[in-house]
Amino acid sequence: MRDTMPLSRRGFVTGGAAILGLAGAFPAWARTGSQGLAAKGSGLVTGPNIDLSIAAAELAVNRRSGHAVTINGSIPGPLIRLKEGQEVRLRVSNHLHEDTSIHWHGLIVPFEMDGVPGVSFPGIKPHSTFEYRFPIRQSGTYWYHSHSGLQEQVGHYGPLIIDPEGADPVAYDREHVIVLSDWSFLHPHTIFTRLKQEGGFFNRQKLTLADRLGDKTDPMTPAERDMFARMRMDPTDISDVTEAAYTFLINGHSADENWTGLFTPGERVRLRIINAAAQTTFNFRIPGLPMTVVATDGNNVRPVEIDEFQIGNAETYDVIVRPGDQPCALVAEAIDRSGMGVATLAPRAGMRAAAPRLRERPTLGMKDMGMGNSSAHDHMATKTDGIDHAAMDHTAAPPPSHQPMRAPPPMQPAEDHGSMNMRDASRVDFPLGAGVDMIAPMPVDRTGDPGVGLEDVGHRVLTYKDLVSLEPRSDTRLPGRMIEIHLTGNMERFMWSLDGEQLSENPEPYRFARNERVRMRLINDTMMTHPMHLHGHFWELVNGHGDRQPLKHTVRVLPGGYVDLDLTADAPGDWAFHCHLLYHMHAGMMRIVKVRPLEGEPA
Amino acid sequence: MKILFSLLVLLAGSPAAAQHAGHQSSPEETMASCPPEHAAMGHCTPALPEPPPQPAAPARQPTESCPPEHAAMGHCTPKETEPSTASPPAVALSGPENAADAVYGAGAMASARKAMLREHGDVPAHKLLIDRAEIRSRQGEDSYLVDTQAWYGGDIDKLWLKSEIEGGFNGGLDSAEVQALWSHAIGPWFDLQAGVRQDAGPGRDRTHFALGVQGLAPYWWETDAALFVSTKGEVTARLEAEHDARITQKLILQPRAEVGFSFQDTPELMAGAGITDASLGARLRYQIASTFSPYLGVEYERAFAGTARYRRLEGERAGGWNFLVGLRTWF
Repeated sequence: MRDTMPLSRRGFVTGGAAILGLAGAFPAWARTGSQGLAAKGSGLVTGPNIDLSIAAAELAVNRRSGHAVTINGSIPGPLIRLKEGQEVRLRVSNHLHEDTSIHWHGLIVPFEMDGVPGVSFPGIKPHSTFEYRFPIRQSGTYWYHSHSGLQEQVGHYGPLIIDPEGADPVAYDREHVIVLSDWSFLHPHTIFTRLKQEGGFFNRQKLTLADRLGDKTDPMTPAERDMFARMRMDPTDISDVTEAAYTFLINGHSADENWTGLFTPGERVRLRIINAAAQTTFNFRIPGLPMTVVATDGNNVRPVEIDEFQIGNAETYDVIVRPGDQPCALVAEAIDRSGMGVATLAPRAGMRAAAPRLRERPTLGMKDMGMGNSSAHDHMATKTDGIDHAAMDHTAAPPPSHQPMRAPPPMQPAEDHGSMNMRDASRVDFPLGAGVDMIAPMPVDRTGDPGVGLEDVGHRVLTYKDLVSLEPRSDTRLPGRMIEIHLTGNMERFMWSLDGEQLSENPEPYRFARNERVRMRLINDTMMTHPMHLHGHFWELVNGHGDRQPLKHTVRVLPGGYVDLDLTADAPGDWAFHCHLLYHMHAGMMRIVKVRPLEGEPA
Repeated sequence: MKILFSLLVLLAGSPAAAQHAGHQSSPEETMASCPPEHAAMGHCTPALPEPPPQPAAPARQPTESCPPEHAAMGHCTPKETEPSTASPPAVALSGPENAADAVYGAGAMASARKAMLREHGDVPAHKLLIDRAEIRSRQGEDSYLVDTQAWYGGDIDKLWLKSEIEGGFNGGLDSAEVQALWSHAIGPWFDLQAGVRQDAGPGRDRTHFALGVQGLAPYWWETDAALFVSTKGEVTARLEAEHDARITQKLILQPRAEVGFSFQDTPELMAGAGITDASLGARLRYQIASTFSPYLGVEYERAFAGTARYRRLEGERAGGWNFLVGLRTWF
């Protein structure tokens, strides 16, 4: 083992519990595992000089071990704890036989410190060390991960927390970091190859005749079933990689290994929840315990009490809970409900709450196909924006064929869905190649939707419309222009792209003038939820809250919907912009964003 | 909410408010929103040209989400705040193309960039599918059939190999064919395939040029239609279709149909002009593992017209039922 990964650090970590005071007394936020070589969440690194060591190891999950990459010997990597206003030097040593890198997800850094090989730097060669150095100009819950190959799948990720310079507006007595991830014993290249061979390979919850004839309630109407089959779309294709390949981990622990965080009854406990999974969107809840969301992606929001929220890959949410004198189950259920990660929050070690059963797998509906606001359960002519379109005659004035997405055309009666063109080339200004199986005919703003499968769960689920920034926005300008970006793909061939082009085709980058205020409209022409991430910047999520619209570095774009994001392009340089589903990015769903002029260049 | 938003927009849209806000924000932002009168006063340096003109492409003109006639009826409030879709301002194209070159050297960045582009989309894959490896029993006479496909390549272009071998357990090889094709994606679900086919077997040696379309038809039918022209000038065609009907997650019923055509009479191959033969079958397979499924099946196969006559002349029956036991597996 490396000397940079002292085994004595394990002594630092107390068994099973994370005890925390306030700033200064840092938590051993996850206990070490007793099996295998990789520790399961280890200690803490802090201060102006931090050494990180990337090395191959084995990770034991449920008494079986598999190939992993560790940071300072653990999975997740060590908690990096920094202070707003400090300078930090992070020396990253690569002990792998391949290149590696670390991207500081959500951190505002100079472009050359952003850690994307081929975009911001050349990468870290085997057996060499790279020094990152940058000032810390923000606070909140973040994380870091590899941007090389598929290393993120095998353990190359860790949490990063920045304490604010002044008083934290969020009051809490104790905190726990909750890192969600997906672990597989399959090699990540095998997973990718399987997806290319058969797009639905890992889906073991497809529609079957037995389900239809059995006593299960059928979520789909015959008309919908017919529509999906005709379009060669699978309404159960919600997650590409499922429990068939994954064990879902919380702080490196499977549900059976049951990571436990301790608290004293009556305390306000802050949970810093990070989705570090490679390919899994989670639905997070603590049955019986309401959560108050206080921050997302590192930025404080007005407290909002909810019972469940969907967390896309790379998103972070901070919640406050006040548990009583009994254990609670932290439940991270995969979006397709094939499996879940479970951990425990308990007043005393050794306690455990019963985990709930997996809920019924949802099916996608017409809205997920980009057919507007008619839901799977509502086939009557629908009212949108208070307009009863069904009552109006829209046939007399069909929308012009070149109508851009900005103004979704009026709803048509649902009976017309059958004749709707699901791949209308005139709706976009790029050619529709083999990699684009659908163009949403009627995408709608879905920021008010809780996420696939969470419409009817019987309790309060967070939506993007519930997020209101605590601070008013600093840039009051209205966007000077808008760019539309289509999230495109072919589910059957497992091809993923932006505006129909994979990054490997070397498409034209998205270009912004420095300090330009731009609206980016991301339109999802696929039936999957894509967590889109822009490096080096925060977007303002256009959700109708005026100057208190929340800042996000990663935004879920729901199937068949669109999201408007206002950007102040204030970070000169080259930046990656991509879907944070690892295999979508690997398949080409990424673009370079260029902001000019660079530092020191004339305008 | 809409009214609130409009109010905010109005407020922010008024020049005085915007200038005031500009004063309070960071110097960088002030630079960006530097109005001419402030620049003249030396308060700031304009960093950006005036808001970009209307888009060059008329196709991208904005359309109101709230048409006037609707607004007049009180159905909606027009939103006039949406920015136009436009090309980036000229300054966005200034400076070096690759920002990191100046920091880490153009050479180091060039090779890293090449690898980065390749790793995000251009990732070849492969598949070897033994679709049907089966024993066919017809009135006590057993034969075998092995139908295999393999491909390697990227999303658009692949090398695609197909082979089908049939034989009797007593009489040896009946027929064998191998196809080597270039497969090119011509749409989301279909590939155009072109290449050569080599046949072997007693009296069946032929080399063909093959041209076909393979892919997934609506309602999840895997189809393969191909036209063959042999070096002896014979033109034939074949159409295959199969569908997976999922009874449970692991139990799958697969109907399958195949039709052969010949555009001329070829006594040597016992093929009459027109539809030569057709088969219709169903295989019920059980996925022991997701890539390993044994099956049982039945298939009715018969020859038509001239082909049927050739068979009868040879003392064979024109058609009949096959009972099948086989394995579908892939890697």
